[in-house]
Amino acid sequence: MMEAHKPDREMSASGSVSTVSREDNLVVSSEDSSSPDDSELELGLELSLGGGGFKQQATSGGHYARILTAKDFPSVVSSSSSLSSSSSSLSKTNHVTAGTKRSADSVAAAANATSQVVGWPPIRNSRINCTVVNQAKSIANEEYNSVIEKNKRKNTVLEKITNSCNNGGNAKGRTSLFVKVNMDGIPIGRKVDLNAHSCYETLAQTLEDMFHRPTTTVNAFRSSLQEHDIRVEATRPSKLLDGTSDFVLTYEDKEGDWMLVGDVPWGMFLISVKRLRIMRTSEANGLAPRLQESSWRQRNKPV
Amino acid sequence: MLKRMSYSSFPEDVLEHVFSFVQSDKDRNAISLVCKSWFEIERWCRRRIFVGNCYAVSPRMVIRRFPDVRSVELKGKPHFADFNLVPEGWGGHVYPWIYAMATGYPCLEEIRLKRMVVTDETLELIAKSFKNFKVLVLSSCEGFSTHGLAAIAANCRNLRELDLRESEVEDLSGNWLSHFPDTCTSLVALNIACLGSEVSFSALERMVGRSPNLRTLRLNRAVPLDKLANLLRRAPQLVELGTGAYSSDLRPEVLSNLAGAFSGCKELKGMSGFWDVVPAYLPAIYPVCSGLTSLNLSYASVQSPDLIKLVSQCLNLQRLWILDYIEDSGLEALAASCKDLQELRVFPSEPFGVEPNVSLTEQGLVCVSEGCPKLESVLYFCRRFSNDALVTIARNRPNMIRFRLCIIEPQTPDYLTHQPLDTGFGAIVEHCKDLRRLSLSGLLTDRVFEYIGTYAKKLEMLSVAFAGETDLGLHHVLSGCESLRKLEIRDCPFGDKALLANAAKLETMRSLWMSSCSVSLEACKLLGQKMPRLNVEVIDERGPLDSMPESFPVEKLYIYRSVAGPRFDMPGFVWNMDEDSALRLS
Repeated sequence: MMEAHKPDREMSASGSVSTVSREDNLVVSSEDSSSPDDSELELGLELSLGGGGFKQQATSGGHYARILTAKDFPSVVSSSSSLSSSSSSLSKTNHVTAGTKRSADSVAAAANATSQVVGWPPIRNSRINCTVVNQAKSIANEEYNSVIEKNKRKNTVLEKITNSCNNGGNAKGRTSLFVKVNMDGIPIGRKVDLNAHSCYETLAQTLEDMFHRPTTTVNAFRSSLQEHDIRVEATRPSKLLDGTSDFVLTYEDKEGDWMLVGDVPWGMFLISVKRLRIMRTSEANGLAPRLQESSWRQRNKPV
Repeated sequence: MLKRMSYSSFPEDVLEHVFSFVQSDKDRNAISLVCKSWFEIERWCRRRIFVGNCYAVSPRMVIRRFPDVRSVELKGKPHFADFNLVPEGWGGHVYPWIYAMATGYPCLEEIRLKRMVVTDETLELIAKSFKNFKVLVLSSCEGFSTHGLAAIAANCRNLRELDLRESEVEDLSGNWLSHFPDTCTSLVALNIACLGSEVSFSALERMVGRSPNLRTLRLNRAVPLDKLANLLRRAPQLVELGTGAYSSDLRPEVLSNLAGAFSGCKELKGMSGFWDVVPAYLPAIYPVCSGLTSLNLSYASVQSPDLIKLVSQCLNLQRLWILDYIEDSGLEALAASCKDLQELRVFPSEPFGVEPNVSLTEQGLVCVSEGCPKLESVLYFCRRFSNDALVTIARNRPNMIRFRLCIIEPQTPDYLTHQPLDTGFGAIVEHCKDLRRLSLSGLLTDRVFEYIGTYAKKLEMLSVAFAGETDLGLHHVLSGCESLRKLEIRDCPFGDKALLANAAKLETMRSLWMSSCSVSLEACKLLGQKMPRLNVEVIDERGPLDSMPESFPVEKLYIYRSVAGPRFDMPGFVWNMDEDSALRLS
């Protein structure tokens, strides 16, 4: 009988090298993060493994321990709470391969909390974003109004709005809110699911990892020379959202104005953000003044 | 001596005239295979081409073979891109096609694209290259902004159709609509429903007012309800209407004004839009209900009683898209009133909630399958199902052509017996002999695939998620489904064996998508090397493949047949597994 919290023991032998580290990741993430994962989120212990660019990863196992995506852990967040209910879902099937293991996890997770699986149920973004915006707005409005009446202290209000937006989102189930992200100098944009995060820190970390990786432009041929260039480029934008970095993270709000990310409470940010842009600091003049103690500066970087 | 009838003595223009009555691609292809002269004649007079996978062939090849094409339809990304399973930057760029056709097809009139990346530069090129350009349909496309639309509006003098259905458009300005010159009176269809922000309403009004041939108008959410009546009065000949937001402060004159405007629309057959519905305004469309054949209420958050009142008046309804607020009771009413119903789609109002928020179960669909004899196309999201219900539906509706059932929780068993839903889906494929499209859900073992391989001989597209037990499942499908063109699989325990054993089958299909399965890198390489006419593409965002163990399962795999060889625009996380790539990787 397989156990829900050790997904990879059942995988084919090839996965065993990374099994151990995957478990570490699993434990850490369920302690640390209260937010659901998405396809772009790296449960990155790369920091402690001393990872940086790809070329620094010597061992194949270590490399894959670092690069993990939520697809491997559809039930990461609620895996601890799903253990108790896992027996009922596990009795359904007795297959042992990786694919179904993943899905059994997601069933166990779903039995308790919310479905964490990317792209499921199969509904287009236009429909999802429709329901998300409505839900977020109504939750934020309700909470904001009731709290304003009860409590005049500004900090508490802001905190509660942020929490209610997150909790409201979780209580109703995790919805997706994909927005586009572009980085100056990189022609191909990406998309990130904002609802997979509950704070600016994890979002910033995700974005940094996303744009840290090599992506080619629309080019004619892939020569070895080109591949070499790609590796070099990958290490360039390293301290992305550090205060001293060459880049800042900005977003366009519903009014069309470009704002620095991090100035407003997370919940309000979710409601007003249309898309993100990782902008060169040199171009970021005239944006709203940033908070001096930006939270992502506190993140430790590996040597 | 008997003189043998020689086909080549038949005058070419006679043959060409005969061929002009044959429009279907399949038949045209058959004609071209009869003999060399027919091949030649046919290729010169083919006016319309459809390329189901833009990477299956190169634009140059197409233009070389068919020199005088007026209408092109292309599809780009795999279907699962709709659900964010295909990373941004994967591909599907249409620019190379437009660039080639700008010189190759100066007389091009129609471009229809689905799931492709279209840039403003592309739109500008279209606008200035094709003097007689008439139809632009961009379905689920992205990469362009309202600037590109302005270029189209300004330069395409004879534009008949501009349809942006469900595309992602960067809204830079609502003024693009004003770029249509006052002399442009040719518009037949305009669909801007996907646009987020306001378009210039006065420009829209003027446009509608000077387009006597306008048949289809789909507004975006930003067009307020109190402006709708005026638009309708300018276009009483409309056949298809998509409203904007269907809400307003409750003022009696708005309602009566609107109802009056709708009464004037005698030709109206289809309606959509209905964002933010205020139920009190629904009676405004009662005058047109009896004429409606198509109704899309899938954005209307309206409760069941109001929906029932509306739908029971649409006695000629053939197609209904609706949210699960309709509930079983509403579907029962639908089954009683709408005997012409052919297509039903029920979408979930709260797809990520754990507990059901509405009373919509398998009963609703069973009812409709009993009451609507012409029902042939179903997309149904719900939270529980049973084998019995599936068997009943199958027996009721052997004429089913498209059956897509999504039980929201993966691997949900039969809620009555707790068994897998194998027998239920088995009944569907057994009884519905003309089934062309099937999407599975719920708890499923290899058994269901055995049924599919045995019975689903006309099946062209199959979507599978969280199902099956072993490679045997995949093997049943690949070896049994003779008509299979598209297979998309996610999160199933299918590995190397079935894929490699059925490699030849893949050349008879358009494409195969497998994500979060157990196909190893080694198998992908082998397939890529052995099958030169397949592009075997591994999508893996975890890092460079050369440091990945050969037996490690790849994240995502997209295999498609192609005569164009490996594509040149793969981003860093996509690798082609052919001979050359393999050498570089190892």
